[in-house]
Amino acid sequence: MPVATKDVLRLATVGSVDDGKSTLIGRLLVDTRLVADDHLDAVAAASERRGVGDLDLSFVTDGLRAEREQGITIDVAYRYATTPTRKLVIADCPGHVQYTRNMATGSSTADLALVAVDVAAGLKEQTRRHLVIAALLGVRALIVAVNKMDTVEWSRAAYERVVDDVGALARVLGATSVVAVPVSALHGDNVVERSTRAPWYAGPTVLEALEASDAGAWERSCGSRLPIQWVLRQGGGGRSYAGLVSGEALRVGDAVTLLPAGIETSIRAIRYGGRALDEAAVGLAADVELDHETDAGRGDLIATSPLPRVTRELEATVCWFGDDPLDLRGRRLRLKHTSRTTPVRVRALEGRIDVGSLEVTDADALATNEIGLVRLATAEPLVVDDYREDRVTGSFVLVDEATHATVAAGMVGRPPFVTVRR
Amino acid sequence: MTALAPPSTTPGLDHLDALESHALFILREVVAECERPVLLFSGGKDSAVLLHLAAKAFAPQGLPFPVLHVDTGHNFPEVLAFRDRAAARVGARLIVARVQDSIDRGRVPDPGDLASRNRLQSVTLLDAIAEHGVDAAFGGARRDEDKARAKERVLSFRDEFGQWDPRRQRPELWRLYQGRVNPGEHVRAFPLSDWTELDVWQYVAREGVDLPSIYFAHERPVVARDGMWLAVGEFVRPRDGERVEERTVRFRTVGDATGTGAVLSNAHTIEEVVAEVAAATVSERGATRGDDRFSETSMEDRKREGYF
Repeated sequence: MPVATKDVLRLATVGSVDDGKSTLIGRLLVDTRLVADDHLDAVAAASERRGVGDLDLSFVTDGLRAEREQGITIDVAYRYATTPTRKLVIADCPGHVQYTRNMATGSSTADLALVAVDVAAGLKEQTRRHLVIAALLGVRALIVAVNKMDTVEWSRAAYERVVDDVGALARVLGATSVVAVPVSALHGDNVVERSTRAPWYAGPTVLEALEASDAGAWERSCGSRLPIQWVLRQGGGGRSYAGLVSGEALRVGDAVTLLPAGIETSIRAIRYGGRALDEAAVGLAADVELDHETDAGRGDLIATSPLPRVTRELEATVCWFGDDPLDLRGRRLRLKHTSRTTPVRVRALEGRIDVGSLEVTDADALATNEIGLVRLATAEPLVVDDYREDRVTGSFVLVDEATHATVAAGMVGRPPFVTVRR
Repeated sequence: MTALAPPSTTPGLDHLDALESHALFILREVVAECERPVLLFSGGKDSAVLLHLAAKAFAPQGLPFPVLHVDTGHNFPEVLAFRDRAAARVGARLIVARVQDSIDRGRVPDPGDLASRNRLQSVTLLDAIAEHGVDAAFGGARRDEDKARAKERVLSFRDEFGQWDPRRQRPELWRLYQGRVNPGEHVRAFPLSDWTELDVWQYVAREGVDLPSIYFAHERPVVARDGMWLAVGEFVRPRDGERVEERTVRFRTVGDATGTGAVLSNAHTIEEVVAEVAAATVSERGATRGDDRFSETSMEDRKREGYF
């Protein structure tokens, strides 16, 4: 049976607590009739029980008891929506600084950030922090919903002030596209339905901007990458190496290098779910056979040129989520990069990124939710690209050796938008 | 040039291939990182798809983990037959943990023959996880099912009491799934997290995944109760004032037979079910699960206790 293939856009909401992110997503889903009748009834019943009006739209995604009691988002809610032209995977993220780790979780797989800004409050420190984190994570397309326009009587001047402030920061952060929309998520203006209250605005609604965004469009990378996850033993004694293809598609006959060993060989066969293929597209969980019999295994990486680097020393940017500060004498850590996990030490802490000034200042430690530049030394060699070249081979997490908790998100390399002050 | 390869966006890849590949990736990653995984299998459509994916992920070898069925004792006979058939087809070792044994051992109170055993399953499940030293349990849960599930990580940490703490979830960045735990703790792994009910049915259609016959329209005696159609049988008997009617129904979910409702339906084929699901305005759990109606946060409360 044919299944309609639809372009998928992954988006994360970004912005400060109380600027209306969850209400915006609730409005988007309700007005596109993408909330099931019984879920909507339950939102209405919960709203009444908590005395917050007929329909508190934030309850569409704020599903935990504590979230509804406090009227805030604690962790990411994922929602799936299909419009006439594309599929949306929506990560509704928390705005509170305490839950920055959850915002980073939601943004790390996003193509686009839907930024909510309360027009009356302007661009807050926390919104700047989120925009910086989203930029670090490589989210370069923004839709800015300038929200609560009803509270400033749809003032064009107030709207433009916010658009100028966000636009200036977005340019510095290297955003490739910024679309601003004046909205009232509460009343439904310019989210799905076009508003008559802003005759001076001729641009798209939020839904139209989402449908038109090319954030999900493919850009060619610098080579194909297949981190080996698992070795499958084939009949007749052969082996194939399973992993998720990143960077560029991999083809039968491609000259490849097995890293970190540096063995040059080529792709003899590609399979997916037992079916032979000529080519494995990016994102396919393929398995491949190599021309030379080698003892490759989990943690090794198959690459086409230009090749990634093999290194035990990393310059990296980290978002620290641990409860205790990160310093040079801290807890024992492990690093997970693609399918390889290795002990790691922090060699040097080169500074903290001030999200206000985008300057790197000296620091002895990083507190919870701070972002810094570090130099790391790993026990085993890693096969890396700069994060800005490849999101898969450029990313890692740090794990506490004792509790196994994930305590940091790391990106290989330095963000271009920070300046080091000495 | 600096080009960014989003890990999620895959032009050239059909959306079902993208979902399938992500699921295969999760299955392989958990098996590589954890010592003793199991696959939780209820006999429902989601676990049938999960088992199909698991077989694909490790072919031509067999499944590198056993399949665990938590048996409430309140089963549809078609589902039990399907369970045995499905496990045999992929050559999986089947472990059955019985809620009745938990009742007999005094681990949980006996709610009586005709009461739902849905909530009791958590104890039986956690006991089985402890008994078999399981450190990772695959489940077929999807984020579109419920507002608490919508909040859960792909790899969801459980403490030594089996509890989920929604305020202290591990950060989960990119596709760097991190499943290590200390002894006594475990993770639940949900390869179908990003699938919707419609995706599952489209995938069933594409792959020809075998399912229990009760997912398709058939004639059955039912009674109307609590706004649902309950199948009259061993575990559901008509109460005073209830009228038994013969109706053409199918099941959208499969759970404890005392609390799983049928929906009126003429969808006899997979294609007809796909069309029905695409047009549905009521969610699958809303239409069929009595256990989700107790309170605003039923699923969250059960999940905190260790539920699937």
